[in-house]
Amino acid sequence: MAENNRAVVKLREKFATSIIDVVEFRGEVTVTVKREDIIPVLSFLKQSLQFNLLTDETAVDYLGKKEDRFMMVYQLYSIPNKDCIRIKTPVPEADCRIQSATQVWRTANWLEREVYDLFGITFDNHPDLRRILMTPDWEGHPLRKDYPLQGPGREPYKGRLS
Amino acid sequence: MGVDNPLGDNIIITCLDKVVNYARKSSIWPMTFGLACCAIEMMATGASSHDLDRFGIIFRASPRQSDCIIIAGTVTRKMLPIIQNVYDQMPEPKWVVAMGACACSGGVFDTYSVVQGVDEALPVDVYIPGCPPRPEALLYGLMKLQDKIWNEKNSFGSTIGLGDRIDPTVA
Repeated sequence: MAENNRAVVKLREKFATSIIDVVEFRGEVTVTVKREDIIPVLSFLKQSLQFNLLTDETAVDYLGKKEDRFMMVYQLYSIPNKDCIRIKTPVPEADCRIQSATQVWRTANWLEREVYDLFGITFDNHPDLRRILMTPDWEGHPLRKDYPLQGPGREPYKGRLS
Repeated sequence: MGVDNPLGDNIIITCLDKVVNYARKSSIWPMTFGLACCAIEMMATGASSHDLDRFGIIFRASPRQSDCIIIAGTVTRKMLPIIQNVYDQMPEPKWVVAMGACACSGGVFDTYSVVQGVDEALPVDVYIPGCPPRPEALLYGLMKLQDKIWNEKNSFGSTIGLGDRIDPTVA
């Protein structure tokens, strides 16, 4: 099914060595690509395949579940073709950085600030990489799985005592 | 016959503290300041069906004209410095009402980003439970605040520089 998708066919032609995995689940196509090639892939999707809207850019923390801890997720939409695609790319914890997508879609600016704030992934060539939700002096990245829910300074909740 | 009444019928004899307390409790002017869903309930309390105006409670849009702040909603760590800034701008005497579970204790938001009760930063006079409290509960809380103001000692003396206000409810 996913192999017949127009965008997937084009991506396979042009980036045969970059694609790690293609999955279709309930009509949603997800393409996983290598981290080094993320910007060429995204630029190609925007310039040639008219995916002109970056709906969302976020990350997932697979702590202890996958070899590469983080997974960047790009949700794309093509307004002229009324078509969706999801691009993923793994980011290892040891080298927790990736090229910024702001050079492709300017809306990636704040979305990447949010990912940086909550997951601690650094974006290279980002114009203004600051925290966006937490206070500037905040320590840690709250959406990481190993961040304590009640904050670093507090005793964790142990359930009702009575 | 009977008690001689040289001052006539239109005179009430009382102490200055009571005069000051009466004026203060009858004109609590809260800061217009809402944080979450409790603010909707606070607005409903101010609207015509419950009508805070009948207590002399009129919302003021400036902290410099207010003597009460109703913390109506969830206080996040990011919002706390702003609340403190607003509170510091209010002139003395001033009172704080923590409205709802979040302002009292953090409520269901037992997380890193939420202050676990605004009393971590401000001296709270009245705690109103509820999620959110109904307008009746807010009215009852404000009447409790009126009782508290009414029972304060040295209200007049503190205004002319003689010592501090004494709250008999605080041991």
